Amino acid sequence: MLRSRLLLLGPLLLFLAATYLVPFLGVMQWSVTLPEPGLGQYRAALTDPLVRAVIWRTLRICALVTVISVAAAYVITLLWVRGGPVMRVVVELCILIPFWISVLTRAFGWLALLSNKGILNSWAQSAGMLTEPLTMVRNEFGVVVGMVHFLIPFAVFPLASALRTVDERVLMAARGMGASRARIFWQVFVPMTLPGILGAALLVFVFALGFFVTPALLGGGRSVMVAELIYLRIFQSPDWGLGAAISVILMIGVGGLLAAMMKLKGGMK
Amino acid sequence: MTQAAEIGASGIGKMFGRFTALADISLTIGRGEFLTLLGPSGSGKTTFLMILSGFEAPTSGRLTLDGRELTETPPEARGFGMVFQGYALFPHMSVEDNIAFPLKVQGRPAPEVKRRVAEMIEMVGLGGHGHKRPAGLSGGQQQRVALARALAYAPPVLLLDEPFSALDKNLRGQMQDEMRRIHRDTGTTFVFVTHDQEEALALSSRIAIFEKGRLQQIAPPRDVYERPANRFVAEFLGDINILPLQGGQIEGQDAGMGGSGDLAIRPEYMELSLNAPATGPSLAARLTDLTYLGAETRLALQTPGGLPLVLHRPTATLPPGLAPGAAVWATWDAGRGFLI
Repeated sequence: MLRSRLLLLGPLLLFLAATYLVPFLGVMQWSVTLPEPGLGQYRAALTDPLVRAVIWRTLRICALVTVISVAAAYVITLLWVRGGPVMRVVVELCILIPFWISVLTRAFGWLALLSNKGILNSWAQSAGMLTEPLTMVRNEFGVVVGMVHFLIPFAVFPLASALRTVDERVLMAARGMGASRARIFWQVFVPMTLPGILGAALLVFVFALGFFVTPALLGGGRSVMVAELIYLRIFQSPDWGLGAAISVILMIGVGGLLAAMMKLKGGMK
Repeated sequence: MTQAAEIGASGIGKMFGRFTALADISLTIGRGEFLTLLGPSGSGKTTFLMILSGFEAPTSGRLTLDGRELTETPPEARGFGMVFQGYALFPHMSVEDNIAFPLKVQGRPAPEVKRRVAEMIEMVGLGGHGHKRPAGLSGGQQQRVALARALAYAPPVLLLDEPFSALDKNLRGQMQDEMRRIHRDTGTTFVFVTHDQEEALALSSRIAIFEKGRLQQIAPPRDVYERPANRFVAEFLGDINILPLQGGQIEGQDAGMGGSGDLAIRPEYMELSLNAPATGPSLAARLTDLTYLGAETRLALQTPGGLPLVLHRPTATLPPGLAPGAAVWATWDAGRGFLI
């Protein structure tokens, strides 16, 4: 039984080992051997003001993106799960259509909409609402908008399963005791869906940490995030060792987050 | 101590699309009464409870609470206590917080909330479990929390939707005793939905029997059992023998009473005799089956005309060596039979 299961799982494990594990071990090797053996690159990564600034910015943007995405996704999911049949179809389309469009296309879409000569700015200027174009891309604002847009669906799915499992009778019980709608929402409904909220936040945060295309295009090189920094270190400067060291630090950070969240989730059950 | 309330329902009807869930229900639930709504599933008993709670609006008719109009009042403004099927406890709150919730909603001062929560925990016998989450409690304990939470602000009316359906038989009996005690101690008006007839007979001051959305009978347990209003009620509550009576005779044998119709006799009021009785009504029959139930034995008889009879007799009173195939007589006190 176990043997046949392993056999079925085998191709996937081999594929993952060949495409992820081996290259990652290679990256780990670079991080301690290039340009010379030792932990020098880790020391450099943790003390270099540029690298530290990028890591700090990445954490800040990812935290902001996570909060906005999960909050927006919560409202959307609420409409999806508890709305009428028409609302359900509308929400489904609004979630799924962007989901099918490539991240590159979407980033260019946001550029067309938000750039200084983009649709919003030219419309606002011709309507006389703005004299100078408002800078909405090539800065953190653009990065956050693009990332939130991409990540909302990823928060919706774990939230939907949490919101669907809320027992209607518990809400009725709270109402029968005279609780207002606001009180039922904040003191009963939201706490009951807290595991789903944490799950969605973790998924979004981890996903956001590794974002490359959206920050690269919408940040325009001005608000570089960790993934872009790694790319620059490896492909545009011969600094493979430092790039590899930052990759490993990112990986450890993500692993630690996942482990902490698993523990928290286990403790809440 | 609670100020118990009286609920009046007149002409309550409920349609779901074209389906009539309830038709023309009129009854008065007295102050401090323990009324059970009993019926098979789909009979409308739960719909009626939901209308009392305010979670369902009746299609027609009106409700009053102590004479004041209640029909349009939303559930959050009725101030009733409610125990849901499956208990509906707040899973993220401790036992204490669950019980405190309705008190906090009412804005009671913190010391009063604390005192009241402690009282309620004491009342339902959950001392020492106050800090646990519902998931850490047994079914019976969760049931007690639900009851304590529903009674925390001393509501004038407590509505209970099949609260014992998830409990095993022993625990159910224990909870029934507690429910009776709590009803006595609080004096609140209880309205209780169940499909378990024994539970209804054991707990209620009156039973309202529903079938197909109509109220069939509302009366104290003894009356619905011994004087059922119609054939449905008679057959729904326990076993009953229904014998076709024609001109004072059943299959040509003297029935001890005049008239025609269906004569109904509960199995425990029929006695078994090995000899033809000299007086009183009786039916000659053959014993077809005998089921030993401990203190009681259930006897299945068949008359020469093919009419099946059921008797419940104390095992101790049965003649020794009684076996299927024996020729016997079923006798009864004429006063125990009634026409339905």
